[in-house]
Amino acid sequence: MKVLVAVKHVVDYNIKPRVKQDGSDVDIAGVKMGINPFDEIAVEEAVRMKERGIVTEVVAVTIGKTNSQDTLRHALAMGADRVILVETEAELQPLGVAKLLKAVVEREQPRLIILGKQAIDDDLGQTGQMLAALINAGQGTFASVLEVKGDEIEVTREIDGGTDVVALKLPAVVTTDLRLNEPRFIKLPAMMMAKKKPIENIKAADLGIDIAPRLKQLKVADPEPRKPGIKVANVAELVEKLRLAEVL
Amino acid sequence: MSILILAEHDGNHIKQSTRQAVSAAAAWQLPIHLLVAGSSSESLAKEASGIAGVAKVLHAEAAHFEHPLAEDVAALLVQLGADYKVILSAHTSFSKSVLPRVAALLDVAMVSDVVSITAPATYVRPIYAGNVLSTVESSDAIQVLTIRATSFAAATDGANAEVAKVNVPPSTGLSRWVKEDKTVSDRPELSSARVVVSGGRSLGERFNELLEPLAHRFGGALGATRAAVDAGFAPNDIQVGQTGTIVAPELYFAIGISGAMQHLAGMKDSKIIVAINHDPDAPIFQYADYGLVANLFEAVPELTAALSK
Ligand SMILES: Cc1cc2nc3c(=O)[nH]c(=O)nc-3n(C[C@H](O)[C@H](O)[C@H](O)COP(=O)(O)OP(=O)(O)OC[C@H]3O[C@@H](n4cnc5c(N)ncnc54)[C@H](O)[C@@H]3O)c2cc1C
Repeated sequence: MKVLVAVKHVVDYNIKPRVKQDGSDVDIAGVKMGINPFDEIAVEEAVRMKERGIVTEVVAVTIGKTNSQDTLRHALAMGADRVILVETEAELQPLGVAKLLKAVVEREQPRLIILGKQAIDDDLGQTGQMLAALINAGQGTFASVLEVKGDEIEVTREIDGGTDVVALKLPAVVTTDLRLNEPRFIKLPAMMMAKKKPIENIKAADLGIDIAPRLKQLKVADPEPRKPGIKVANVAELVEKLRLAEVL
Repeated sequence: MSILILAEHDGNHIKQSTRQAVSAAAAWQLPIHLLVAGSSSESLAKEASGIAGVAKVLHAEAAHFEHPLAEDVAALLVQLGADYKVILSAHTSFSKSVLPRVAALLDVAMVSDVVSITAPATYVRPIYAGNVLSTVESSDAIQVLTIRATSFAAATDGANAEVAKVNVPPSTGLSRWVKEDKTVSDRPELSSARVVVSGGRSLGERFNELLEPLAHRFGGALGATRAAVDAGFAPNDIQVGQTGTIVAPELYFAIGISGAMQHLAGMKDSKIIVAINHDPDAPIFQYADYGLVANLFEAVPELTAALSK
């Protein structure tokens, strides 16, 4: 079976982003970027399924600007067979992305679609569920274990207070949680190989899909800083402070 | 025009976070309807009808809601939702699964994890692991959103709202519930506990042995960093942070926690933060009201003993 993995090019998770002087947006000019960590887990899972012989082809897709190619190369280096860039300079929001992904799904006809549970830039966590809705498929969110069983996939999900297991009819959509796997380390030769592989380019505009943003960002701001605290010398002083703060 | 809130429950009681969603919904000054989907859920509907601020309870009783699946709950919400101006719920794993599906089916955008509602379609929400607050305005006719429960007070009891049964569409058959494994604990729920005692990976195998007595002293909940969870010292459902549970208790203990921004994202709105770490330069100290530079293996038992006196 074929797996489609959707990946997003985002600001590196180690970077604390800065707000632009005029408060209009986050300043990401020149900032280090890479594959969204949850999407890296999605690619890893698909590649492992291929290595185990459950999957025949892994296709990675991203929607975004030309620089998203770097993230597709990363997916290739991890072991994706083919990659697709749905290119657009437009502002993207989850509903629009889900609609574009639906078009790719219709073309590629995968049995399974894996996405990260959230992107660490906007932290919205919507695209997978929206895609599942649009293609009328079952969804397994926050997955920590996947098991294909005949016409179904069993998904162990990390939910508030524990885990649950749902069985989805294939084709289905899965979103990854951190503990699904630990992505492999990419070695240099794999990266060099990936540089030589082709990237299929689709212009989002050619798909004739309405991706106009529905949400307008009015401003961004730094959160209110916490007022500075103090260091206490020992446990006795800590207990005293907590007593005075009336939280004991 | 009214507001529809998707209630969440554990089969016995309506969750605290639903009450917090009811408070958030007051921003619109419109009638608030609470949707309760369950099986053998008469008493849940009754409980929901008592929540102050609720004008009407929509009771969706169906056998297949014994374990509500996102696909089925979304189908129900879409059937009801077209008549509402706002569909909202708390930002829990349940609603995070259901509401994006509803938004897509209604062809509207969704706003996740709202911490403040500044105008009827204007919301503030954290982005980049809470490092930045973004204010967004939605242009859609139906507003779909989840709210960050800890940013809103919980609605108390005091209403006696009408309960109306609603027709439930058949199960979509797209998915099937298999089983669940919920942590049984007599401690309070992490997201709404008054006190949270969290530990990092440095606690090692002694995570529970050291932290449980302290949490017990306060009737508090246990929390952990991702590193502690990954190492297998703590269960995954107690991870606090950007990609775990968001907490804002009155008192938060960060024990042997470095203070990575992904962890801070989940706890920096706590009222009082206590940090114990042997590294005086650990970033967590920049957020702690009271910082103690000490070896946790000595300081924690000492603290627990001092508090038990
Ligand atoms: C996409 C993504 C999402 C993430 N989401 C989350 C999340 O939701 N929540 C989360 O917590 N993390 C998250 N992380 C991980 C995060 O970046 C950090 O790696 C993690 O929080 C570190 O955990 P820690 O503080 O336990 O470990 P470390 O960073 O290793 O810190 C250990 C601390 O213990 C102290 N220490 C050691 N021994 C002692 C002792 N004897 N006495 C006192 N102090 C001691 C050290 O000084 C140090 O400060 C995420 C990472 C990524 C990439």
